[in-house]
Amino acid sequence: MMTPQNTLLQARRFRWWEPVLWLLAFVAPFAMPSHALIINEIAIVALFALSLDLILGYTGIVSLGHAAFFGLGGYAAALFAKHVMPDPLVGLAVGIAAATVLGAVASLTVMRGTDLTRLMVTLGVGLVMLELANKLDWLTGGADGLQGVVLGPVLGQFEFDLYGRTAAWYSLTVLLVFFLIARRIVQSPFGATLKAIRDNRLRAMAIGIPVTVKLAQVYTLAAALAGAAGALLTQTTGFASLDLFEFHRSADVMLILVIGGVGWLYGGILGAVGFKLLQDVISSITPQYWTFWIGLFLVVLVLVGRDRLFRPWTWFGAGRKAGAASNSGGH
Amino acid sequence: MLTILFDGVAYGMLLFILAVGLAVTMGLMNFINLAHGAFAMAGGYITVLLMQRLNVPFLVCLPLAFLGSALLGGVLERTLYRPLYHKAHLDQVLFSIGLVFMAVASVDYFVGSTQQIMQLPEWLKGRTEIGEGAWMLGMGHYRLFIIAVCAALTVGLQYVLTKTRFGSRLRASVDDQRVAAGMGINVNIVFLSTFAFGSGLAGLGGALGAEVLGLDPSFPLKFMIYFLIVVAVGGTSSITGPLLAALLLGIADVAGKYYIPKLGAFIVYSLMILILIWRPQGLFVRKGGK
Repeated sequence: MMTPQNTLLQARRFRWWEPVLWLLAFVAPFAMPSHALIINEIAIVALFALSLDLILGYTGIVSLGHAAFFGLGGYAAALFAKHVMPDPLVGLAVGIAAATVLGAVASLTVMRGTDLTRLMVTLGVGLVMLELANKLDWLTGGADGLQGVVLGPVLGQFEFDLYGRTAAWYSLTVLLVFFLIARRIVQSPFGATLKAIRDNRLRAMAIGIPVTVKLAQVYTLAAALAGAAGALLTQTTGFASLDLFEFHRSADVMLILVIGGVGWLYGGILGAVGFKLLQDVISSITPQYWTFWIGLFLVVLVLVGRDRLFRPWTWFGAGRKAGAASNSGGH
Repeated sequence: MLTILFDGVAYGMLLFILAVGLAVTMGLMNFINLAHGAFAMAGGYITVLLMQRLNVPFLVCLPLAFLGSALLGGVLERTLYRPLYHKAHLDQVLFSIGLVFMAVASVDYFVGSTQQIMQLPEWLKGRTEIGEGAWMLGMGHYRLFIIAVCAALTVGLQYVLTKTRFGSRLRASVDDQRVAAGMGINVNIVFLSTFAFGSGLAGLGGALGAEVLGLDPSFPLKFMIYFLIVVAVGGTSSITGPLLAALLLGIADVAGKYYIPKLGAFIVYSLMILILIWRPQGLFVRKGGK
């Protein structure tokens, strides 16, 4: 029976491979203790990409300044741990709160204008945050970064160890929690309105969706998630630097999302795994010039077509349709 | 104070020449080309390398920088850019960021990551001062030269766009490609030459600006935001908009860095955000404009 209700419910059901995937992720720090640090990093980047997916993939806003929230969350958590109290979870909450506030303010910038102006102002917000972090050096340490961030044990139980295993589990848990929240959100009526706005803003307006309000809401939400990712990074590395706000962060996360697949929550996670492995391999070959290969990858990706890159058999002949059709599965 | 104003004007003129090509691709062809700075960098490096390695005189380098970047722009337009004109903006952004990354890494690989020093010819090195006290106007000869060249280019550009046959063809192609093609205008050629010309101007700007702005492989990333500000704030319906925006930005930036160095580029960015929230289509766009 394919009633509309059934179809909607089916999208919500967990597929068999989803728990398996998460189980594998959580076993990984056990199985490969020497790779715990990179697993931690992947989890953080995946959360960041998940946050961008909410606005880029589900709402169609191209943002070049997502690092603003990432960095603010990171700095807020690091400063909190340094000056107020070292509890990681409270610090995480502070980071998220700070990024949420900035997101709510910055959401003013995405409501109006075209893609071009939106690109500009999001980029501008990122740069303003970078300048602020750079100039307020009495607070942030300026270009030297903020050092001496020491964190207490998670939940008062699990100490951060040198190998990063606690860090990896901590980040994975936060990622899982936010993933489930994001999954719930994109499958709710709210998520449906977002997709309606993405597909045709004018039509969405015509059927009575308050477009600007929804945009502001999802932008704030995405900012909160990005803040969480930034907080995780500074907490697990014990260090915050201007690098958190740099343009390449915003560009990388967009690339990660595009590698994995836009508008699909697992896209960010798979993209993060792919990107980190790619980065590892390339930078072990040419440490200095790995951006060249990333650039080449981007150019080829766009010229070949995002849908088709990972389906080489569709490159010739009537590939276009086949690629689009098989891409629509698995959402 | 007048000196700051003067330096700001020179800086703004330079930014205008650098950015005006972008105003065409971005505003008129509706292509988000973040790689525009790469063409400017190409022009800058052509000049510096020619002068350092082959001892070519400065004045000969400038047209060569223009031609080199224009050629590069033309080739890339034909091979890579054209298929993307009608793609989604996200694709264009990704593509041009990719180009920037490649350009930065390649220059780093072939020339090195250090900042390039430009040896100006003797007759451009001096400085003339008029008046005294607070109203003293100190004009570096090189900045005077920049203003003269850029002003001549601006006037020429305005003339070409509004008075010549090519200008009307370009405007027609931009307004409605299909109708223009139907009237017998070869839209592809018009766009190709416009893109190449815009890239050439960027290259010339890069060559002129290498001394003022500094030239190292991160150039396209560092100045990307400035070009974007000029285009976004100035609007793209005419070239006077970007010109005014560039002058405003140049003066604000120079004055800001002189009077409140502590804030740095913060003022410029915040100003841009506010302007764009207030008027998303640009500051100098007439109502009902594109």
